[in-house]
Amino acid sequence: MKAKNEEYKNIPGWGMDADPENEPTYPMKNYTGDDHKRINYERSEQQPQTVEILMSKERPVITRVFGTSAPPSGLSGVIRRYAFQHSEDRYRHWVPLILADRINMFEGLIDDIKQGRLPNIIKERGLAMEWKYNRTNVIKKAVELAATGIILYALFKRKK
Amino acid sequence: MLAMNYRGPYRVRAEQRPMPEILHPEDAIVRVTRTCICGSDLHLYHGMVPDTRVGSTFGHEFTGIVEEVGPLVQKLKVGDQVLVPFNIACGKCNFCKQGLYGNCHESNPMATAVGGIFGYSHTAGGFNGGQAEYVRVPYADFGPTVIPPQMDPDDAVLLTDVVPTGYQAAEMGGIKEGDTVVVFGAGPVGIMAARCAWFFGPSRVIIIDHVDYRLEFARNYAHCEAYNFKEMADPVVFLKKATDWYGADVCIDCVGCEAEGNTLQTFSGRVALMQAGAATALQWAINSVKKGGIVSVVGVYGPPFNLVPFGNILNKGITVRANQSSVKRLLPRLIDHVMAGRLNPKGLITHRVPLEEISDAYRLFSSKLDNCIKTVLIPSAKH
Ligand SMILES: NC(=O)c1ccc[n+]([C@@H]2O[C@H](COP(=O)([O-])OP(=O)(O)OC[C@H]3O[C@@H](n4cnc5c(N)ncnc54)[C@H](O)[C@@H]3O)[C@@H](O)[C@H]2O)c1
Ligand SMILES: [Zn+2]
Ligand SMILES: [Zn+2]
Repeated sequence: MKAKNEEYKNIPGWGMDADPENEPTYPMKNYTGDDHKRINYERSEQQPQTVEILMSKERPVITRVFGTSAPPSGLSGVIRRYAFQHSEDRYRHWVPLILADRINMFEGLIDDIKQGRLPNIIKERGLAMEWKYNRTNVIKKAVELAATGIILYALFKRKK
Repeated sequence: MLAMNYRGPYRVRAEQRPMPEILHPEDAIVRVTRTCICGSDLHLYHGMVPDTRVGSTFGHEFTGIVEEVGPLVQKLKVGDQVLVPFNIACGKCNFCKQGLYGNCHESNPMATAVGGIFGYSHTAGGFNGGQAEYVRVPYADFGPTVIPPQMDPDDAVLLTDVVPTGYQAAEMGGIKEGDTVVVFGAGPVGIMAARCAWFFGPSRVIIIDHVDYRLEFARNYAHCEAYNFKEMADPVVFLKKATDWYGADVCIDCVGCEAEGNTLQTFSGRVALMQAGAATALQWAINSVKKGGIVSVVGVYGPPFNLVPFGNILNKGITVRANQSSVKRLLPRLIDHVMAGRLNPKGLITHRVPLEEISDAYRLFSSKLDNCIKTVLIPSAKH
C-alpha cells in the first residue's frame, strides 16, 4: 500500500529528530531499511506442492520451501482445514488445532491396529524409566490409586 | 531408515520409516550422526503445541554427513560433516538479510508468527526432524555449517541450538559491566545462558530452579549462584532482597510455557489450557527486574497468548527482548569461543542413548530422572 499523503516529507519538522542510533533491536538485527521493501525480495525456486498444505491466512502465497510430513487426514484433518480458515489472531484457529491433535491420537491408534500392530503404550511412554529411577514415587501413586478405588468402592456399597 | 514417530502426548517410538527425498533443488539429505532432545521437544511431547500431528518426526538439534545434494546446491558437498542450525532460513528474505534467521519468511507457510524449524510441528512448517537416521535439509547452501576438523562432534551438536540460544539470551539482556543477572530455569538453555552471561561482564549471575541436581550442576558449570524457589516464601521478594531491594539489572526467562511455582498460572495454562502454558517464570522476571531494566526471553511460549503483568512492564519502563535464537548469525563467534576453550558445550551431556531407545530417553529428560541434563541420541545407520 502507498502512503496516503504522498507529500509527507513536507510536513513541518519531518524527520528532524530521527536518531539512527536509537535501534533497540541492535545487535540482534542488522537494520538495513529493507523492511520498507516489504515482501519484494529475491526468492529461491518454488518447491512443488505434492501434498495438501494448510496455509496461514496471513500470507498471500506459499513459502518457497515447506514440510510435507503428516498431511491432514480423517476427522482431525477436517477440523484442521476449518482452523486454517481463520487467522493466527483467532482463538478459533488455535483451539480447533489442539482438539484435532487429541482426536489425531485416537486415529493413530486405529491406524496402528489396522496395520496389525498393537502399540506397546507402556514402552512408548518410557515407563520403565520411572520404575527404574523413580520407583518410590510410582509405588506411592499406585497405592494412592488403589486406596481411592477401595474408598470409592466402600462408599458405593454403603449407599446400596 | 530408523526414525522417531510421535503417537500422541507422552508417546513416541523409533521405527522403520521411508527415507527422506530431495523435494527442492536447494535441498540436501543428511545422514544424522548425533541428535539431541531439547526442552522445546518436551513442549511437543507434552502435547502443548497446536498442530502437532501424529506420525511426525521431531528433532531440531543434529549434526550429520551430507549424503546427497539437490541440483542448485553449490557450496555444500557430499561427504561434508555439518552442524545444522535448528532454524530453517533462506538467507535471502528481508528478515534473513538483517540477521533474523529465526524469523525467515520463506520457510513456514503454516504460520507467520514463527519461522520454519526442523521437526517442530506444523505450526513451525511441518518438517520432519533429525531424530532419525536421515533428514531432509532445505536451503542447504545457507544453514548447514561445515564442522571445523578439530572440533569435538559433541560440541558441534550443541552449537545447533543450546549454545547459541543461551548466548543470545545473555546478549539480549544488554548486560553492562557490574550488572546482576538473574536466569530463571536451570535446564541446558538456562545453564548455558548463565555461563554465557559472563562474556558480557556482569558481577553477579544468579540461577533459579526447583530441581536440586540441576542447581548443583549449574553452580559448578556456570560459576553462578543457584537457588531453589521451592525454598523461598516468595521468589520475587527473595530476589529484591538479594539485590539490595533494587531489583536485578537483567532477568532472563529460560523456562517457557511449562513453568511450575504458581498455582493460578499452572492451572490456567497447563491444566485448563486457557492460556498458552504457564507464564510463571516470565511473571517473576518482570516483577523482579529493576525499573528501567531488561527482560530477555528465550523460554518458548506458543500461540495464542499468556497472562503476564503487562501493567508492570509499562509502569516500570521495562524493555522486553525475545526471539528464537538466530543460530547462523552467532555461529562464527561461538565456534571461536569453543575452539579457544572458553566454552565447553559437551560438558552439558549426561546421557548417550541409541536412537532405538528414544521412548526411554524422552521420559528420562521429561521427568528429570537419573540427574539428566542433556541427552544425545546416536543413530546407528552405517551405509
Ligand atoms: N528461543 C529459542 O531459540 C529456544 C531454543 C531452545 C530452547 N528454548 C526454550 O528454552 C526453554 C528451556 O529449554 P531447556 O532445554 O533448558 O528445557 P528444560 O525443560 O530442561 O529446562 C527448564 C527448567 O526450568 C525449570 N523451571 C520450571 N519452572 C520454573 C520456574 N518457575 N522458575 C525457574 N525455573 C523453572 C525446570 O525445573 C527445568 O529445569 C524451553 O522453553 C525451550 O523451549 C528456546
Ligand atoms: Zn532446541
Ligand atoms: Zn529468509
